[in-house]
Amino acid sequence: MADALISLYNVSKDYNGSEAITDITLHITKNEFLTMLGPSGCGKTTTLRVIGGFEHPSKGEIIFEGVNINNLPPYKRKVNTVFQKYALFPHMNVYENIAFGLKIKKMDHSDIEKKVSSILELVALTGFEKRSVNSLSGGQQQRIAIARALVNEPEVLLLDEPLGALDLQLRKEMQLELKAMQKRLGITFVYVTHDQEEALTMSDTIVVMNQGQIQQIGDPEIVYNEPVNSFVAGFIGESNIVTGVMLEDFQVELAGKNVRCTDKGFFRNEVVDVVIRPEDLKIVKESEGIFNGIVKSAIFKGVHYEMVVFAQNINWIIHSTRLQPVGMNVGLNIDPFDIHIMKKVMAS
Amino acid sequence: MKKNWAAYPYIFWIVIFTVVPLILLFYFGLTIKDSKGVVITLANFKRFGEPVYIKVLIRSLILAAESTFLCLLLGYPAAMILADRKLNFKSTMILLMVLPMWMNFLVRTYAWLTLLEKKGIINMLLGYIGLPPLNLLYNDFAVIMGMVYNFLPFMVLPIYSVLSKMDHRLIEAAEDLGANPLYTFRKVIFPLSLPGVTSGITMVFMPSVTTFVISRLLGGGQYTLIGNLIEEQFLTTGDWNFGSAISIIMMLIILVSMGFASQYETHQEGGGLW
Repeated sequence: MADALISLYNVSKDYNGSEAITDITLHITKNEFLTMLGPSGCGKTTTLRVIGGFEHPSKGEIIFEGVNINNLPPYKRKVNTVFQKYALFPHMNVYENIAFGLKIKKMDHSDIEKKVSSILELVALTGFEKRSVNSLSGGQQQRIAIARALVNEPEVLLLDEPLGALDLQLRKEMQLELKAMQKRLGITFVYVTHDQEEALTMSDTIVVMNQGQIQQIGDPEIVYNEPVNSFVAGFIGESNIVTGVMLEDFQVELAGKNVRCTDKGFFRNEVVDVVIRPEDLKIVKESEGIFNGIVKSAIFKGVHYEMVVFAQNINWIIHSTRLQPVGMNVGLNIDPFDIHIMKKVMAS
Repeated sequence: MKKNWAAYPYIFWIVIFTVVPLILLFYFGLTIKDSKGVVITLANFKRFGEPVYIKVLIRSLILAAESTFLCLLLGYPAAMILADRKLNFKSTMILLMVLPMWMNFLVRTYAWLTLLEKKGIINMLLGYIGLPPLNLLYNDFAVIMGMVYNFLPFMVLPIYSVLSKMDHRLIEAAEDLGANPLYTFRKVIFPLSLPGVTSGITMVFMPSVTTFVISRLLGGGQYTLIGNLIEEQFLTTGDWNFGSAISIIMMLIILVSMGFASQYETHQEGGGLW
């Protein structure tokens, strides 16, 4: 891709014969907030480490601004990393931590001081220069780690689950702060997380990974609304994933009923995955919907109730703001465009 | 309060083998037996101030410092190699390092005698390639050699233990911020390994400064170190009072150096052998 800042072409990395990532091809454009999302062990961190230079790919090419950087050591790359557990230097104070990269660049002492205090202002920790890093809270350490990386004005900032160790409240705050920072500074962020909500909140582009391979690349809305397979659908948001049979274009057999849908282009009688979001299943009066069922459980989740309705031998998860009492007989309705038909993923 | 009966054997042990000898040491060190009987005096300590003895002390300190420095020079790279995460056969390497320590200290030192002798293995090999024999035994070189050989594991192991526990991400973070391997070593790896280094230094320096076997065997009869001096007072001269005084002085020197070392360790996360 011509306008890509970093491109990975068919990158694989194996450790003693087992591949951590397989055939990753990915383009990261300038000023983009790109998130790699997937369960643990999916290869997202390995991909990040390959970009950072901590791992060298076994196969494939990494191109940075048009130059192959496969064998460039980390200290020669124009990227900086925010590590998972911050990796602040415990024998240095806040100032020395942040100034570490600047001192290597042989910058003037007074310039370093100016830069450190302005970056501390950016992360809202003005006056913390002399503090020992061990005396800081998790959230503060997190900010110092970000400041230490950002002060070098990298072209790309790599972030490896930087908010993983923070509590929910702080995590939400930091998500917004990071996003705002990225917008303001115009730096490309490559962000790794297993938290789908975090990915949806912050990203311009989401790369969904599983078992060392990219499943889908797209903006958050595309990935959420049009997942390419049942893994993506299941991982991003909650989903009802059931097996169906595509009878013909726009007609699917679903839990023993013929249902209209908006998908086409499958073989006749092809077995497919049918994905329905819990909020897209509507509870109606008995016999007025596609299925009839009985409410088995209902849990209050804050904004909505999560109910399980047993119909056609399947437990359907339903999100609704209106509570139906447990044991009640109800009908279930689905709009055709809320039914997502996907090619069956081979069980692996 | 609940009495802890299990501790009693240990308390008994400590009293018999530490407290009583210490009391005896101070008793002998602070007294002199003359015609009128036992007199409390500081004469024994004053006597140590004589140039002969001060020379022995200084020589002991210098030799111990030299061999400690050599141990650090040899031991640090060894510890780094052992702590390398990519190293294969790690446990075998550590075993090889520790294995000689299972043998008796005297036997190991005698082994050096046969190596360094006038007609020893090294001179034999030199003879084969037509070189004249070297005078390897009964000098500073031989004594330092013996100390380094015997005490090197005590330098390697604490440093190894700190290095292998070091968070690898800190090294990656330094590289990430633009530090080349040398800079990373100077600013991150070495400062963080200081607890191991100080612990290694004390563990090598203390036995080096007090050794009397190595200096006797490899330094020859005429080669007196502080350890030999103490031994001589007890076994040859029979002057227990002076011997005790020197021992107390040695203990003070060691205590002071330990104090310096522990100052370092309280700041850092401990990771040495003790």
